[in-house]
Amino acid sequence: MNKIFDIPLYAYQRSPDQDAAMPVQRKVVVIGAGPVGLSAAIDLAQQGVEVVVLDDNNKVSFGSRAVCYAKRPLEILDRLGCGQPMVDKGVEWNVGKVFFDDRQVYDFNLLSEDGHQRPAFINLQQYFFEENLVKRVRELQSQGAPIEIRGCNKVDAIGTHAEYVMLEVDTPEGPYTLKADWLVACDGANSPARRMLGLDFVGKIFEDNFLIADVIMDAKFPSERWFWFDPPFNRGQSALLHKQPDNVWRIDLQLGWEIDKEREKRPENVIPRLKKMLGDDVEFELEWVSIYTFQCRRMEKFRYGRVLFAGDAAHQVSPFGARGANSGLQDTDNLCWKLKLIVDGKAPDSLLDSFNEERVYGAKENILNSTRSTDFITPKSEVSRMFRNAVLDLSEHYEFARPLVNSGRLSVPCTYDDSSLNSADALDAPARTRPGSPCPDAPLGDDFLLTKLGGEFTLLTIDADGPDSFEEGGIKVKRLSLSVRDDNTLELKRRYLGNCESGVYLIRPDQHVAARRPSFDENHFRAALRRATGKE
Amino acid sequence: MFEHLNLTPNIKEADDFYAELIAAHDGLDRADSNALNARLILILANHIGDRTVLTQALNAATLRQE
Repeated sequence: MNKIFDIPLYAYQRSPDQDAAMPVQRKVVVIGAGPVGLSAAIDLAQQGVEVVVLDDNNKVSFGSRAVCYAKRPLEILDRLGCGQPMVDKGVEWNVGKVFFDDRQVYDFNLLSEDGHQRPAFINLQQYFFEENLVKRVRELQSQGAPIEIRGCNKVDAIGTHAEYVMLEVDTPEGPYTLKADWLVACDGANSPARRMLGLDFVGKIFEDNFLIADVIMDAKFPSERWFWFDPPFNRGQSALLHKQPDNVWRIDLQLGWEIDKEREKRPENVIPRLKKMLGDDVEFELEWVSIYTFQCRRMEKFRYGRVLFAGDAAHQVSPFGARGANSGLQDTDNLCWKLKLIVDGKAPDSLLDSFNEERVYGAKENILNSTRSTDFITPKSEVSRMFRNAVLDLSEHYEFARPLVNSGRLSVPCTYDDSSLNSADALDAPARTRPGSPCPDAPLGDDFLLTKLGGEFTLLTIDADGPDSFEEGGIKVKRLSLSVRDDNTLELKRRYLGNCESGVYLIRPDQHVAARRPSFDENHFRAALRRATGKE
Repeated sequence: MFEHLNLTPNIKEADDFYAELIAAHDGLDRADSNALNARLILILANHIGDRTVLTQALNAATLRQE
């Protein structure tokens, strides 16, 4: 059977760079054509920044791997021109069920809030996700965008210099040397780039093993997330069932620490475990099986001179909460507009220190959340297990205990509260849109706010005056003029004004709030823009 | 140290309450008793709700500070 992950999508082709007499210097080189590396490349190329992606392979990911994509990454993908195909293909889900021992203790509905274009979550196999990104790369290439993926290009050595980064790249036709102004390493949790540069990656290893099996079955289970604590079919451990497109189901079984991984991975051992869970009468086929031990750790810094680390290469979390790929896309969303300004000479190199500052903060939040989920799912002491079981028992009877049940706190974007790019909050509006916050979406008739914000600095005026545009240090800010009357549901007012009559927001290209006040004041917003671009 | 936490006598008919607390464990083995205590702590903690009070109560219970 020829699956998408068996077909070379970016087969090796000889590049003229391999025949150049002197090493060619590119603006940005990205290592790794996974979800994070491809998103970075698309983001840069869309803004006209020359980018070359090097990958040691030539295919999308083997097996489904990351399968849960949250609202914020979908919004980022909309800006990258490939959100819709992901949502069209993905499975939307809102209901989660929690089981303890032999019974369901409660269910919940994720669907939090109306007035967002994108759902809270979709499930989609990583290979489909990457395939869509590769399609978008091809589309950009056909429009003449400066983007290239080089398959079977394995980086063997990295040399860092004040003015450039030097790469030794191995190919099926031998090695060549490539230079880059900037290097973005998105080469995964085992990042060879990190190792080649001798950088640390410290944190906590969880002494546990999980069997992930993706099975193809025509089952009658609904599109819900089912989580079991200590079920009869996997005593003392946990289990998860989740639906993906094309009748593929993700099953996650905790196995404990003292196991023989190679043995447990064999189909003759996997299948009986799955039958015990699904029942003997359910027919299924194994698509992909893996055993993993996870770690929660991060690099001390994500920027080392001209080398930037993003995604799992920079930070690793437990899978509970879907904070891996989702946070990786927020890394590149944070990085690429800053790189663009620096490449264009419109911002100082030091703006990249804010990438480090903001995304290390994000990684700490993700690691904290996923560590807490892991401690709840796999209690490390008798007393921890006793309280965990007490919470689960209570949750069946009393609503109060349900928020304490932690089977993964699902990925939400973080607010960069202490970022050096923020200006002090000068509007008495809801906290959710304070400086540092990711802009929450809001309906605008047939359209949505985030679509209108786009990916450049924007002056959002709501029932307030302001110039159509202004320029500061070569950076142009365009106005988006709105009124609370543009949104009959009043969500725009609720999210951005609260009880205020008017509001003016400076929004960054990554749709985070940089500054806000009740009315336009030229000096204030010019200063805010300088601050948001590392000039003040 | 414990300005929000009431550490003065606050339960009327204290002997009755104490007897009721002990009686709730009648016939339970160690594991079931521990589980009951855990559920009780969680119910009471939720009833209190105030994070400052809860932190002070956790500290007070260690008997390490006055």
